[in-house]
Amino acid sequence: MNLILVTFIILLAFTSYYFGRKKALVIQSSQRLTALPKFYGYYLAAWCAAPALIIFVLWSVFEPSIVKTFILQDYTDQNLTKNELQLIYTKVKALAVGTYTGNITNFLDESANKYIQLKGIANSAKVAIILAILIFSLSFAYRSVQKNDRMREPVEIFLKWVLFVASLGAVLVTIGIIFSLLFEAIRFFQAVKIFDFIFGTHWYPAKTFVRDGQPDPELMKDAFGAVPLFAGTFFIAFIAMCVAIPIGLLSGIYLSEYAGRGVRKYAKPIIEILAGIPTVVYGFFAALTVGPFVKEIGNAMGLEVSSESALAAGAVMGVMIIPFISSLSDDVITAVPQNLRDGSYAMGATKSETVKKVIFPAALPGIVGSILLAVSRAVGETMIVVMASGLAANLTMNPLESTSTITAQIVVILIGDQQFGDPKTQSAFALGISLFIVTLFLNVIALSVVKRYREKYE
Amino acid sequence: MLKDIGKNMNNYKKNLLKKRYNAERRFQWYGKIAIGLALTFLAVFMFQIFSKGYSAFQKTWIVTEVHYDKELLLIDAESPSKDDLENADYYDVAYKAMTSLDPGLPEEEDRQLIQMVSYKYETEVKDLLLKNPDFLGKIVPIKLTASDDVDQVHKGNYPRDIPEKNRRVNDYQLQIYDMLNERGDILSEFNISFFTSPDSREAELAGIASSFMGTVFSILVCLAFSFPIAVLAAIYLEEFAPKNKFTDFIEVNINNLAAVPSIVFGLLGLGILLAVFNLPRSTPLVGGITLSLMTLPTIIIAARASLKAVPPSIREAALAMGASNMQTTMHHTVPLSMPGTLSGTIIGLAQALGETAPLILIGMVAFVNTIPGTPVDPAASLPVQIYIWSESAERGFVEKVSACIMVLLAFLILMNLAAQIVRHKFEKKWS
Repeated sequence: MNLILVTFIILLAFTSYYFGRKKALVIQSSQRLTALPKFYGYYLAAWCAAPALIIFVLWSVFEPSIVKTFILQDYTDQNLTKNELQLIYTKVKALAVGTYTGNITNFLDESANKYIQLKGIANSAKVAIILAILIFSLSFAYRSVQKNDRMREPVEIFLKWVLFVASLGAVLVTIGIIFSLLFEAIRFFQAVKIFDFIFGTHWYPAKTFVRDGQPDPELMKDAFGAVPLFAGTFFIAFIAMCVAIPIGLLSGIYLSEYAGRGVRKYAKPIIEILAGIPTVVYGFFAALTVGPFVKEIGNAMGLEVSSESALAAGAVMGVMIIPFISSLSDDVITAVPQNLRDGSYAMGATKSETVKKVIFPAALPGIVGSILLAVSRAVGETMIVVMASGLAANLTMNPLESTSTITAQIVVILIGDQQFGDPKTQSAFALGISLFIVTLFLNVIALSVVKRYREKYE
Repeated sequence: MLKDIGKNMNNYKKNLLKKRYNAERRFQWYGKIAIGLALTFLAVFMFQIFSKGYSAFQKTWIVTEVHYDKELLLIDAESPSKDDLENADYYDVAYKAMTSLDPGLPEEEDRQLIQMVSYKYETEVKDLLLKNPDFLGKIVPIKLTASDDVDQVHKGNYPRDIPEKNRRVNDYQLQIYDMLNERGDILSEFNISFFTSPDSREAELAGIASSFMGTVFSILVCLAFSFPIAVLAAIYLEEFAPKNKFTDFIEVNINNLAAVPSIVFGLLGLGILLAVFNLPRSTPLVGGITLSLMTLPTIIIAARASLKAVPPSIREAALAMGASNMQTTMHHTVPLSMPGTLSGTIIGLAQALGETAPLILIGMVAFVNTIPGTPVDPAASLPVQIYIWSESAERGFVEKVSACIMVLLAFLILMNLAAQIVRHKFEKKWS
């Protein structure tokens, strides 16, 4: 139904384009055109499609909730909670489309009939309104075409608006992220105190699961302490940075200051392959090769190593991050003006002294910025931790034990079927918003540092 | 006296210089070692994946003889129709085909033989007869898919010297295997079914067809949503946007969005696409939309960079000829920027292709044993398939994971090559 309507609108728009162009050619025979003939076509097509499609989208967005209020009006006297009402509505809908399998009560049957009726009315109203709009806007547009108004300007203004709306897309995504995270997180913080979440040291959400009923508030208090996750996240990120910073920085310096053209041409893209490998592949590698390897070495040294250690996950994550640091610091170092180098060489400094004493301090803000970006990347990394560092949230500073991170817990909680309204599910969104805030914070600082650094040398 | 001091000074200078040069050389070596470490890791990694995964492209078959006995098949008709063959009872025939490998085996031990082939062996016996109806009543050789344990033994991935009770293949089965192998009745052929069959709980039957199609659909949906919006947005921001607070805000927004962790997009997909818009769970449609939100900033940034790279002289020439701003942009700037935009798009899609976490959150991790035909059928994707298989305990899945990784990497390499070609072949060099 909807598909037919949209196809109809689009086809009509195409025909009106040809019609408009033809009309322009007819006009041309008697008077001078004020725009190229195709703009007459575009003008008609835009007036045909845009209003109808906008109304169509708005209608489709609002129709379900309006129908829902109408249906649930019959149930307002029964004192039901929001969740129960939602359940009833789902049942009614299922019954109306014939996929309902429970036992059918009279009341439900009546509602389903009402639902079908309402849907029918809504559908015919939609078609009628859209047809009316099509006729109205087309006749309006046709009048301007006949008058031979300047056709190019309105078409270009319309196109500009289309471009503007598209550029709002990115903003819309951000709003969507914040909205979806906040909405569930707020409901979570109604059940669990924000203080318990931020400062609690015990994370064990599975404990709160109670079949058919509300979990015990006392249990909830103790189950959602996110400190072990925050600690684990930064601990693994720290291990990753211990691997990535020295290797990345040194290879970045070597590539920008020492390497010949040939080495640079091949080594740089090869190192960047490391950034292109999907993280799930790293996760598999960490779990299957690096984890057992670390365990073997540890056991040989007489240490107790769990087979899913923070060290294995962190080290592999560090390897993944090497190219970020190396190519970003390479760029930053290359941007240091040549006269600083020349000055240093003129004073008799060797190359490494120049790098250490002149270039590095000059490039430091940019390097710090790139490291912060890399940290934010490590904090947000999911699959390596899920696969290689275990899922139990231990509060530990021992790299040989397993720890968990914010991202890994989100996956653990949300894998499989979720029940919205369950504090366990909502806790994932609370974790998500803390992750979002942390990475946003790191990015904003990093970007502003890098920007200021660039301005300094431009 | 004075001479001595001078000599000492000279020595001191010489030593200092030597020290400084040593430091210089050391520093160079640190750099070389760092690059060497990064490259070594890449090499070890590739070697591990290839050495573990190449054997998954071979499939092991056990050859035995099957007697399509009419009586055992419970076929009464003289010249049975296709329907008769379809509905016949293949259990006994298939069972006999396997137990005939060792006629001396007592009946209660027969499971040991049956376990050497995949649980679908009955279907394989049936399919052979359906393909060749004239085999009815004859004794013919048949290839049966070996179980994943026998498969692993044959490929040498399974240690034979561990104690029997820790082994999934017992001594008797090994003995039968050795006998068959000596007779040449164990075959190794190219594993076509790895590419044509959907996922399965049994390692020897599992293939990547379902997840491959899931990936293709998600990427197409992702492209369809992100490319037009991103290009239009980039054109607006680069060519038309007035410099004010609001466009600055959009710009900052895009830059930050590019660095948001992918799992947050998964939460967005779950909280909005599934919960509010009620789109079907576990489908490439939702997966593709989620991924498109992720690739949107990447493509916008690439498109803006390549629009910026078009020299102003082009615009000025068009404007001087009387073109409007919109005409200048649409007829000249945008087409000239397309190679850069397209290669940025391909790179963005390649990133989306490897993404796993957001897809897990929107339910594309479900076990799917059918090949999806449309974007609204439940499906997995290649990276998610890697995750699912690597969580399985069976040894046979290790090589499957590695092989799946090889396919995924090949896909990524192809896409990046395509991006390079588009960039180098079609991009105009302005000098």
